[in-house]
Formats: sequence, C-alpha cells, structure tokens
Amino acid sequence: MQSKKKAQDKTGLISRRVLLKRAGTLGLLAAIQPLFPACASHRLPPMIPGTQPSTLSGEVIDLVISETPFTLGGRTATAMTINGTIPGPLIRLKEDQELTLRVTNRLAEVTSIHWHGILLPPVMDGVPGVSFGGIQPGATFTYRFPIKQSGTYWYHSHSGGQEMRGMYAPMILDPLEPEPFHYDRDYIVMLSDWTFESPESVFANLKKLPGYYNFQQRTAGEFFSNIANWGVWATLRNYLMWDQMRMDPTDFADVTGYTFTYLMNGLSPGANWTGLFRPGEKIRLRFINAASMTFYDLRIPGLTMTVVQADGQNIQPVAVEELRMGVAETYDVIVEPTGDRPYTIFAETLDRSGYARGTLAPRPGMSAEIPERRPRPLRTMEDMGMKMDHIDMGTDMPGMGSSDEKPSSKLSANTPSMEQMQHEPHKDRMPGMGDQSRSKIPGAEAVKHGPEDHGTGNQTVAEYSQNRFGKPGRGLENSPWRVLLYTDLKSLVPYPDQREPEREIELHVTGNMGDRYMWSFDGKKYSDAPEPIRFRYGERLRVTFVNDTMMEHPLHLHGMWMHLENGTGPYLPRKHTVIVKPAERVSVAISADAPGRWAFHCHLLFHMEAGMFRVIKVSD
Amino acid sequence: MMSLCPSYAIRLIGLLSVVVCASVAPAQTLLNASSKGNMFGPSNSAGPLGPSARTVQAPLGGRSEILGGSVRTLPNLSLQQDWAPPVNDQENHLFTLFDVLEYRPNTSGGEHTSDYRWDIEGWYGGDYNRLWFKSEGQRDTAFKADYDVDFQLLYGRFLRKYYDLQIGPRLETQTFRGRNVTRGFAAIGIEGIVPYDYTMEATLFIDQNGAVSGRLTLTKDLLLTQRLILQGRFETNVAIQRVEEFTTGSGLNNLEFGMRLRYEIRREFAPYVGFSLDRSFGETATLVRQEGGNPSQIRFVAGVRMWF
Repeated sequence: MQSKKKAQDKTGLISRRVLLKRAGTLGLLAAIQPLFPACASHRLPPMIPGTQPSTLSGEVIDLVISETPFTLGGRTATAMTINGTIPGPLIRLKEDQELTLRVTNRLAEVTSIHWHGILLPPVMDGVPGVSFGGIQPGATFTYRFPIKQSGTYWYHSHSGGQEMRGMYAPMILDPLEPEPFHYDRDYIVMLSDWTFESPESVFANLKKLPGYYNFQQRTAGEFFSNIANWGVWATLRNYLMWDQMRMDPTDFADVTGYTFTYLMNGLSPGANWTGLFRPGEKIRLRFINAASMTFYDLRIPGLTMTVVQADGQNIQPVAVEELRMGVAETYDVIVEPTGDRPYTIFAETLDRSGYARGTLAPRPGMSAEIPERRPRPLRTMEDMGMKMDHIDMGTDMPGMGSSDEKPSSKLSANTPSMEQMQHEPHKDRMPGMGDQSRSKIPGAEAVKHGPEDHGTGNQTVAEYSQNRFGKPGRGLENSPWRVLLYTDLKSLVPYPDQREPEREIELHVTGNMGDRYMWSFDGKKYSDAPEPIRFRYGERLRVTFVNDTMMEHPLHLHGMWMHLENGTGPYLPRKHTVIVKPAERVSVAISADAPGRWAFHCHLLFHMEAGMFRVIKVSD
Repeated sequence: MMSLCPSYAIRLIGLLSVVVCASVAPAQTLLNASSKGNMFGPSNSAGPLGPSARTVQAPLGGRSEILGGSVRTLPNLSLQQDWAPPVNDQENHLFTLFDVLEYRPNTSGGEHTSDYRWDIEGWYGGDYNRLWFKSEGQRDTAFKADYDVDFQLLYGRFLRKYYDLQIGPRLETQTFRGRNVTRGFAAIGIEGIVPYDYTMEATLFIDQNGAVSGRLTLTKDLLLTQRLILQGRFETNVAIQRVEEFTTGSGLNNLEFGMRLRYEIRREFAPYVGFSLDRSFGETATLVRQEGGNPSQIRFVAGVRMWF
C-alpha cells in the first residue's frame, strides 16, 4: 500500500521536473504541451508548459503532504512536498471568495501549513503551538477562511525544518478591481535553497561551529591584499579590531553555497528555468523568496524592473535595476524585453557564495550571459553601530570599507574615507528632499543604546542605532545602478488607518555568535520568554526594532500588517516581512485589528528555531 | 577571570566537594531533556486531545462570546497545554572535539621511542547548561616523564557572553617508576573566547590531599586559506605544592608551545603536521631528569584534528 503510494508520487514528480528538463534539452516542448493543460500564464496560453507550478483554484482545495523523491543534479533525496512537487502547486484564488483547504498529512511527523501574509482568523494561521496543535500524522486538517485581499503570496510549512525540505508554494489572489498596471503575461519566480543535508544536521553544525558553512572568511592572502590597498596600519587596526570584538566581518549568511543549491522555481542554475515572451510584451514577474536561509540580490541585466507590488500590496511604481529580497518577502515587477534575445534573471546571494538563475527568452533553449559574480562584502563600522559624527561619513572608514577592490574605489592610506565617499553613488540619493508627502522617519537620527546589554544570550549591542531605509544594504552600497530602497516603497493609495501611533514597543534583535549559535529578542529566546507581547485590540501602535546583531533579519508578523514608517506620510507601505539591517532602527506602525495569538519571528529558519520568536497577543 | 590565588583556592575546597556532587544533578536534567526529541523530529508528538480541543472549532468571525456576560474569550487566546512549542529552542546537542590527536616520531635518535599525545573535549547540552568531558594524555613529554592521562567531567554554565564556568571532578593517572599512580581532583575552570579571538581554558585543580595546581591553554587559528589553517597552541601548568609522585614540582611546571598546520578536508576532519616545543622548569625539570626524561624537547607532530 505504502510502496504503491510512493511509486505514484515518484511518477508524478518525474512528470514535472525530469520530463521538463529533458524536454527542454531535446526541444520537445511542443510535443508534450497537451499533457499540461493548466498552466499559470495569465492572459496568453503558456508557451512552455510545466515551467510554472500546477494551479489549484476554486472554493475547495485538497493538499497532501508527503515524502517524495527529489532529484537535483543527478542526486536524489527524500523531500517533503505539497502535492508531490517543489515548489508545491500554485493556489490561485479570487479576492472575496470563501476558501476551504483540506490538508492531509502523510508524513510520519506533525506538519502544518501557514498562509504567509494572509489575513485570516487566528486558528487558521497554521502555526503549531500558537494557532493550533499541528496536523497529526494521518490526519486531515480543514482550513476555512475568506479571502479579503489580493496580490502575490506564498504558503509553507511552519513545523521544524520541513520548509527547507521542500514545503513551500506560491499563492496568487486576483483582485476584484482591475490591476492598476498593465501586463501581457505573468510568471511566478520562486527562489529557494536546497541542501542534501538534513535540516537537523545543518542546525547541529551551526550550533557546534557557527562558521561551519562560511568558506569566505578572511585569510592571509586577503590580509596582504588589504595591506596593499589600505596600508599596513589601517589593515592591522581593522583586523585587530574585529579580533578584539571576537566577531567575524565576513558573516553574511549562516548557511552558504557550500551546501546549498539555489533554486528558481525548483530548478538549479544549470537547469535554467525559462519564461518565454514575445518582444515588446510587458511581463509581470512575481518574485517570491521562499528560501529557508538566503537573502537574494536580484537583477535582470539589460532590463529595468518596475516594481509595482511589495508583499502583495500595490505601490507607486518605481524603476530599479536591482532589488534585495529578504527571506519571505515578495516583489512584483514589470519588465519589457524588447530585443529578440534572452535575458538572465540573476539572483545572487547576499554573501555572494552562489546564485539562482533563470532566463526570459523569446524561444525555448536560449540562454544569456551569466553576470560576473561580485566579491563578498565586508561588515563595517556602520554595521557595528559605532558613532558616526556625520551620517554619511565614517560609513567607509579606512579599512572598514567593502571588499570591493576596483581601482576606482581603492583606498589610499592618506585620505581613504574622502576618496571612498566620492565613489558612493547613493550618497546623493537621500530621499525626501523637497518632497511634500514626506514625513519624519523614526530613528532618522542615531539613538544611543541604553545600559541594558541583554545578558549572556546577546553578544554585542549597537551603541548607536539609526534608520537606514535610504541605504541599499551591505554589498550593494557601491552599485553602479539603481537599487530598490525601503524609502522607495510608497503605497499606491493611503490606507484607512492614518492615526498616529499612540504607544511604542521597542524590541531588540539579539544573538550570540561567539561560539554558540543563539538568536533571540531582547536577549531571551522564546522558551525563556514564552509570555506573549500584548497589543490592545483596536490600538494603533509603533513597534521599533533595534538590531543589535551584525546580520540582516527578515522579521515577519502574522495576522496583521506592518506599516513601514519610511517617511512617506500618508502612503506608508504595508508589509508582512521587514528587513532590519545590522545596527538599524526600524519602526513599523500596526493597527491591532486582529484579536488572537499571532506568531512574530525572524524568517531565517534557524534563527527562528534557535528562539528568535515571540507570540503577540491581541486582546482588549 | 577567576583568581588563581592559592589561599582563596584552598578555601574553595569545601565548597567544591559539594558542588562536584551537585554537578551530577544538572547532568541528569540534561539527559531527561533530550527525550523531548530533537528540533525537527516528531517532538510534536500527538498529545491527548484535552478539553482544550474545542477552540479549534472557533467560528470564523474572530470573536466569540464564551461564558456569557463580562468574560469574552478570543479564539485562541489561551495557550493549549497539549501543544508542543512553536520552536524547539531547547534542543540538546552532543559535541566531541579531538583538538590534538597526534603521533610524535622519534627524530633525535636517542633512546626515546616514538610518542603520542591527545587533547579531547566535548559537551552534551544546550545553550546555557552543558555537561563537559575532557581528556588529555601524553607519553614522554618534557613535563611528564613517562605517561600521563587525565579525565574530567564538568558541569558548565554559560556566563558573561563568552565563557563557560566549569566545575567537576578530575582523575589523573601516571606511571611512576614502573607503577601506576592515580589521584582525584576537584576542578573549577573557565573556558571561552577571550578578546582578540583566542580560545582559552583556565582550570584550577585541588587534589585529594589538598595540593593545588592550575593549567592554562590558549589556542588561535590563523587562516592561510579557507581550508589550510595554522593553529597556535600554548599550554602551561603550575603547582603550589611539590607532588613528587606525579613528577610535579612547585612553581611553574612547564610550557608547551606548538604550531600545527591542518587541512580541513571537511570542517570535521583535518590532518595536520607541526611541531611542539616542550620545556619543564625548576623542581619539575629536576624530577623529569631523575625519571630519565628530557626536560627540554622539540617534537615534530603529525595527527588529525576532528570533531563530530
């Protein structure tokens, strides 16, 4: 019985992945087209069948969670899948419809599905231990909720490491009103990361040796090349400073390309996911970062991306060449490829240890040049939260600069910071100048950290924290092109609740990477602070995140929107997931309109599992 | 940093004997905790559906009136007792590191034979509480004339962001003039990362007869490449009383300075070669000489550093 089931799963899987790959290679796409009638292209019939996940629609949807063989680069592993594929099936629904989802667990362990970014009753949110008890092996759990929003979302397991083993899938909610932008077809571009190691063993490796996966640490070779660039004293000072602090300035990703294969729509860079277009068409790309541990910097060389939605919410269109996606964020962009040529969709990881890649092409089987990889960045004084007299000054103190060693930004020993500043393309992009719709950004001025050091669970504090929405983030600061900033996000229409927040909660993002892998809020992991954070039902409050760690964290609130206080006056954008940079101070306004218990956590899987998690309780 | 002041240390003896016994208790707690299952495993085991199950069927609207009148309960506001926690951040791990596991060939051509040395440590536990185990062993170094093996079992508590305070028993056994001698100690120490990124282990020992000694180990890794790593290692032993039976004079016993160049085939497995300068001093050097040992040696070493 069970083996029969497995065989069926296997068949199903091969039909999707392997067949597609083989078909692509052999140019047999036309031949297999009839096998895949239901594909995701919005207005035109699909040109490459099977390149988008199968679609489920309607009022009643059945999902089956099971173990399924998954093959990548000739190796086969046992994945955990939703309906047998990675990613799982696209759920495509209409705003204002009712929905019943029956999720059957065929795993040997408890599972769950969380509908990421969807507003719904708290018992339907799918977080074991917060919203319900989880879905027991063999059981079917019925989710029922109305769809009250539109946009691009996703859904995933909220149980242990299951998400990393393949349990994620896209969700599109089509709006009742026509979209405020035009496009001819749309593709889901779901980014993720895959490892053949078990999540348990990855986590254990990090607990025993936090730098286990970092093979881009500073070596003797880099030391000497730094001396050549920065001079002996600046180099020595820099190395001694980091050693003195017991920190690693190369720590940009806990889990890297050493073990990860980075996937685009479930395909490796070599398998080259391809979306077809006719030159002149407007293509909507729905980017979803479904990775467990990976930030992506995303661009399509040769094309400008017009960002029209962030986290499923309409924003005033903004044209950029590159955007950074924190784990769990989504961005919808529109591109207009005019040439009769392929374009590479290049999603480089923040730590530069690898990339996911796909192609937009007028015909199957084409590929464009893969851009040159950039050197991994280096943490700076700014990431440490050190005092800077002038906001822009000191970002790149001698020897604190990026590892960018192009001659143009080469630091001389005499006037390094001035020279570096002249090559700072974002310096004059301080948004808000002369813009009437701008409001003050909380934390725009540096705020000194209080005496609290958050205990042994926290290693460092940002002596000064400051909002840096106007900066693109480490590794992108010297980009020669335009990078999306959080200050660029302006809601298309003002949201109804324009009340000024009546109170503020400050939450410090903390961790200890000294020699143990600990992550927490206010120095306490979840099990040491199980009491919920209280929101009063109906209140408008401000939650301020202060990142005392030296990593970027994508913070995700369930059940309610976070209105990013990015200085856009009545047009504050709302997001379900917000990146907080090292030593950054970020404020969000929240309308506490959803009574119940909700999860709030860092969406880096192992940060959450290590305890960077809280329950928010909204009640009278 | 803990004080190595002898009078203070002696006053600690009484305290230690209590704490050493007590350290068994935390260890047991850790072991019990492990049965909760690991973080991703079936730790969310199906609990019996208690009376709390009713909330799963809460109505869609979000608010419900329960118990009538003034008390209003929201859908899932009360934590269900039979639910597993949303994250398993109390998981225990087992770590064992063979930092030194090496062969020391006889290169001087004298009457010495080829020797070996090891330094193993590990822990079982979580972020804050760990049961540590350590073993050092050697044969014919400048410090101990023949062979010397010790084993420690310590309770460790994570303190001050970087350090484990460790406390527990130690057992040492040596061959002395052809017969085995063994003694027990109470050990209290600090292990962690000190500024400038050195791994430090400083331990104070008090043996069953009240003799006090101490050991300090510092190591630091220098990355030549991502996988070719030079480890500097410094170790010294000091003692207050002369314990001739254990080849230990009073004062500075020895210094050991080594450089080991390893290649991490995997993070967990790294063969190495290197050298070690061992030198004993004062009374200890005299005792080693009387034993027929060499109080000043340069040894080439080849071994493997590994962990799991």
